[in-house]
Amino acid sequence: MKHIISALVQNKPGVLAHVAGMFAARAFNIDSLAVGRTDDPALSRMTIVVLGDDKVVEQVRKQLAKIIDVVKIQDFSGAEVVARDLMLLCVHTPPEKRPEVLALIEMFKAKVVDIGQKTIMVEATGPEEKIEALIEACKPYGIKNMARTGTVAMAKFSKNAPADNQ
Amino acid sequence: MSKTTTKGGCPQSPEEFPLKTGAEIVVDTLIEQGVDTMFGYLGGVVLPLFDKLYDAPINFIIPRHEQGGCHMADGYARATGKVGVIIATSGPGACNLITGIANAMMDSVPMVALTGQVRTDLIGNDAFQEADTTGITRPITKHNMIVKDVKDLQPAIREAFYIAKTGRPGPVLIDIPVDVSLAKCRETPLTGISLPGYKLQQSGHSRQIKIAAATINKSEKPVLYVGGGVITANASEELRTFAKKANLPVTMTLMALGAYDQTQAESLDMLGMHGSAYANYAVQESDLLIAVGARFDDRVTGKLKTFAPNAKIIHIDIDPSSISKNVHVDIPVVGDAKFILAELTKEIEYRPRKDWFDKIAEWKSKYPFKYDTASANIKPQYVIEQIWEATKDNAIIVTGVGQHQMWTAQFYKQTKPRHFITSGGLGTMGFGLPAAIGAQVACPDALVIDIDGDSSFNMTMNELCTAVQYELPIKVCILNNGYMGMVRQWQELFYGKRYSKSSLRNPEFAAVAEAFGAVGITVDKKNDVKTAIAKMLAEKRPCLVDFRVEREENVWPMVPTGKSLHEMDGLSIFESMS
Repeated sequence: MKHIISALVQNKPGVLAHVAGMFAARAFNIDSLAVGRTDDPALSRMTIVVLGDDKVVEQVRKQLAKIIDVVKIQDFSGAEVVARDLMLLCVHTPPEKRPEVLALIEMFKAKVVDIGQKTIMVEATGPEEKIEALIEACKPYGIKNMARTGTVAMAKFSKNAPADNQ
Repeated sequence: MSKTTTKGGCPQSPEEFPLKTGAEIVVDTLIEQGVDTMFGYLGGVVLPLFDKLYDAPINFIIPRHEQGGCHMADGYARATGKVGVIIATSGPGACNLITGIANAMMDSVPMVALTGQVRTDLIGNDAFQEADTTGITRPITKHNMIVKDVKDLQPAIREAFYIAKTGRPGPVLIDIPVDVSLAKCRETPLTGISLPGYKLQQSGHSRQIKIAAATINKSEKPVLYVGGGVITANASEELRTFAKKANLPVTMTLMALGAYDQTQAESLDMLGMHGSAYANYAVQESDLLIAVGARFDDRVTGKLKTFAPNAKIIHIDIDPSSISKNVHVDIPVVGDAKFILAELTKEIEYRPRKDWFDKIAEWKSKYPFKYDTASANIKPQYVIEQIWEATKDNAIIVTGVGQHQMWTAQFYKQTKPRHFITSGGLGTMGFGLPAAIGAQVACPDALVIDIDGDSSFNMTMNELCTAVQYELPIKVCILNNGYMGMVRQWQELFYGKRYSKSSLRNPEFAAVAEAFGAVGITVDKKNDVKTAIAKMLAEKRPCLVDFRVEREENVWPMVPTGKSLHEMDGLSIFESMS
């Protein structure tokens, strides 16, 4: 099962290596890890998608909390969240297929960001399922290249706010 | 800038603090943190630091190898509870610390390691004696950092000490490039430490404590399972009061020996793979297991699925990540054992539990630790018993890792905390001698005995030189069977007696000791054991006794890996001896 964990970390060299190394050393399974700055220059936000049961995720949370440079952890399991991926996708598109592919992109509310002689580059954001569906839809044309950010997430301002740890 | 006034000699503004080099700041901050003893080895990039140490009021011990120094700092920390401090140069110096740091990490020993680093402008260029020290040590330290600006140096050292000794203690490493040691800046005032990601939970949840107490009060067959955390927390007194008031049988992990007085009737001694049959049976039949400062290590639990199958589990620990890591915990209490045990004691009621104690007494009389006392050969257990008889409560016992370590845990009854120093989690052969040196440095008047194996001793025997140089009267008792004994035992039991590469040719240890400037004694007759021990104890110099023990003696009982705790081998051998 997938769990989204959000960690606020000190913006210092070595923190990403520490977090990634801890996952490897303790044999936890990362599905994706996205890191970016926050409004506070001293802090970065890591959004980590972990595969595992509740027991594993509990250990992940606790082991993350143990890292001194990790300031705060939120476990979004069971909470109402907005979770989004960003993807750049390069689809093989010979001229005769172009209208078809463009229509498809339109349908997914994705954006064309570059057009080559035989390729189209698409930018898509959305929940993971939408991204996965777009990939599936494009596969028959041939996927030339793909880059994804991994999930970033934030809790909704609802009753089901996530549990704060640490 | 002259507007600020100086009150009582204390500088009031940063400008009034004197300008100092990084190296001066390091040494002054160490002294500020209460360091009066440290260990370390020289090298190019730490020369500025050693220059400042030249006339610093710090007792400095130079080992013969950085690993030895690191174990010395570890032994020093375990004997005192203070932070052990080790310093090493960049590259090979730092790399030689790895085993020692990992060892301290596994056993939660407070330690600060300072390493030199190449100049900041050379970092990443494969400079001479460069290694990515913070990268290498990240998984084996509680925290580490590289200081690239001299302004950050003093806060970093203060943080390091604070992190090393608070919460669940552990090693903290600071990597200091040589240009940072040489750069100048003003000292920073001693202010509160700001670590937003480091929160300590000390007191334990009062509701959880009440639930735990109520559960203990109701239980008929409880066992108190004590780990090294109780010693780390200096909670031995609180533990004893609690156990007596509640009337609980007490078993200890290897790391906890001495937390409870093993000569008391309630003591079940050590549990686990080579623990007592009575402890293991009691755990398996218990209806409540109260774990304090323990972490349900695989050497303790045996097969997890069948561990204490009928027991509810209360787990008191300062590290939340220890809770429910290996076994499901019914009642977790996160906090400092010292505080929580004192609180629990207030809530607890005495309960006689006669049937339970009768059953335990039966196990105790039926399955005591045993060996063939009639043998004409020197049995290793016999040597340990004789050391125990001759020293009792008076010695700090240190060990290496292997059979001798297990026999020492079984046959030397510990009565006080911080008197048994051994490598538990990492199982580091070669720990004994340097750790004994560290303990002797910490406690100059104490009797410190390293009960060692021949193979363990071989790994770090060069440190005998250090003991001689600093006139540290440590005693080394080698239980010499000419094997890597525990490896040989496993090969006998699980690899069809194919003793692959487990036998090494040893030097004449007594002659080696003499060559180093220590006293060396060889004992190859059972009748000479007592006199040799007496002679060793009377010796004012470092003294080594090489006991030529029964070569293929095994440690019993034994729970083979993958078996449940009650499925012990060797009990029939015990029975055949009586």
